Amino acid sequence: MRITQGTFSYLPDFTEDQVKAQVRYCFENGWAFSIEHTDDPHPRNSYWDMWGLPMFDLQDLNVAMERIDECRKAFPQHYIKLNGYDRTKGKQTTMLSFIVQRPKNEPGFYLERTEAQDRRIQYTIRSKAGSAN
Amino acid sequence: MAGNSNSGKKKSRWAAGITPYAEMGYYDADYEPKATDILCAFRLVPQAGVDPIEAAAAVAGESSTATWTVVWTDRLTPYEHYQAKCYRVDPVPGTDQYIAYIAYDIDLFEEGSIANLTSSIIGNVFGFKALKSLRLEDMRIPPHYAKTFQGPAHGIVMEREYLNKFGRPLLGATVKPKLGLSARNYGRVVYEALRGGLDFSKDDENINSQPFMRWRDRFLFCMEAVNRATAATGEIKGHYLNVTAGTMEEMYERADFAKELGSVIVMIDLTIGYTAIQSMAKWARRSGVILHLHRAGHGTYTRQKTHGVNFRVISKWMRLAGVDHIHAGTVVGKLEGDPNAIRGYYTTLRANKIEADLSQGLYFEQDWASLPAVMPVASGGIHAGQMHQLLHLLGEDVVLQFGGGTIGHPDGIAQGATANRVAVEAIIQGRNEGRDLLSEGPEILNKAARWSPELRKALDIWKDVSYDFESTDVPDAVGTVTVG
Repeated sequence: MRITQGTFSYLPDFTEDQVKAQVRYCFENGWAFSIEHTDDPHPRNSYWDMWGLPMFDLQDLNVAMERIDECRKAFPQHYIKLNGYDRTKGKQTTMLSFIVQRPKNEPGFYLERTEAQDRRIQYTIRSKAGSAN
Repeated sequence: MAGNSNSGKKKSRWAAGITPYAEMGYYDADYEPKATDILCAFRLVPQAGVDPIEAAAAVAGESSTATWTVVWTDRLTPYEHYQAKCYRVDPVPGTDQYIAYIAYDIDLFEEGSIANLTSSIIGNVFGFKALKSLRLEDMRIPPHYAKTFQGPAHGIVMEREYLNKFGRPLLGATVKPKLGLSARNYGRVVYEALRGGLDFSKDDENINSQPFMRWRDRFLFCMEAVNRATAATGEIKGHYLNVTAGTMEEMYERADFAKELGSVIVMIDLTIGYTAIQSMAKWARRSGVILHLHRAGHGTYTRQKTHGVNFRVISKWMRLAGVDHIHAGTVVGKLEGDPNAIRGYYTTLRANKIEADLSQGLYFEQDWASLPAVMPVASGGIHAGQMHQLLHLLGEDVVLQFGGGTIGHPDGIAQGATANRVAVEAIIQGRNEGRDLLSEGPEILNKAARWSPELRKALDIWKDVSYDFESTDVPDAVGTVTVG
């Protein structure tokens, strides 16, 4: 399976130039750029591990690409996503977030059903892989 | 009382009988609105022979303290304080219409009650005989009053963080056919649309609990579909479960059941009334469930330019009332909507501090004082081939709903959903790369269609669909001048 979180999961994986263009867009908007990675992309996993702090003052595209490469090398089988964060009043939230690396084989999720009374079903989604298990 | 003591001269303000509203204090060209006043802009057409200033003063009078005749009991009050004051009347060039600006003191209104606000301002005056027609065009809600309302249960920022979806419009589809599907078949449409790439699917406004499908059965099958699709994609999905019902008790029962099943969102119709909407907004915040509002019925009073209530006013009331989503027009789809007017609605719903801008029909500045933003929903006759126009016109914080444009895809519902998702992501990618959407949009979509057969089919089948009719309601073309 291919998890479809993130802004661009339905497009073919981005080339380096395409990644660069999106990072440039973050810089142009004054958004802080950050890198996160995980082996557990559960849809409710809000806290992927941070690859360093958000790079608030970074304006150098090449440095950004180097940071991404370092993360890729350290975790070649993790999911890696890039985020653009807007601190301005009323936003104070993520403005762009897209996956730039996936494991070769994406294990996906179990859907567990617990039958309760009156035809009710309690659903639990569990990652097939990852540190959560 | 001493009302008649000076008869013979100009009639006293307190003489029994009829005195023009303008002379009773409901018109004051020198009045300077206070920061705490609620301001209204009315479009009025006086009956033949009625002075526009008197007509405007009558609107101020009848929507505040006045009745048809002088009453001595006014003198038991500081009536100058409670009287609404028309402070400006502008003719609309080339028409028999006037824009009347009226200020209401904040003390006239109960805190946190849309019902009270609207009973005052649109309670009686719209049937007033001296007017041919009357339309409430806009209101300025001061922060002092706005802050007495809860506002959106979650707002755009919280919704996006909750759903983990950033940087692009959200995508939805209304299940079709609107009526007649069994609960099990209905859930199939939900599953296919969500697994194919939509974020949301949606009940239609008139899907409540009919003989062909009862609400409880629908909720159970839809939640199976939502959870299956979430597990299949690793992405949070939702279905707007419509909890609209005949009584509050039934609505609460349905909403509580939806929450128990883990639905991230429920839905109500505008037809349930302002008080019921405010109650559901409180429920939604308490329950952590997003609240979607379908504006069912609004066209009966928002569409005609000279009579009724402009949709931008309904937008303001609904932001105060506390919904998270509201249908606000598409520009390019099958339903009424002038581009500038719709831009004004979207600004009203999403921005925090808004300047007056007559080109968008925004008569007043509006400071929402950090009340959360409402996510506008664009729905009705839109398809993947318009994606660049939709993003250009409506921006990123919007739910684009493709009902027919998903379910009508020749290869299937999931393929229709994928076509829409590919289209939106390709257009966002292009925009972020600095490409010009309006001129390059079709090229971007066609390029994506080279590797996406789903998008190719969608572009081919709907390429000639457009709804090019003149709007019945557009903002006035030019600024107006003051008389009086």
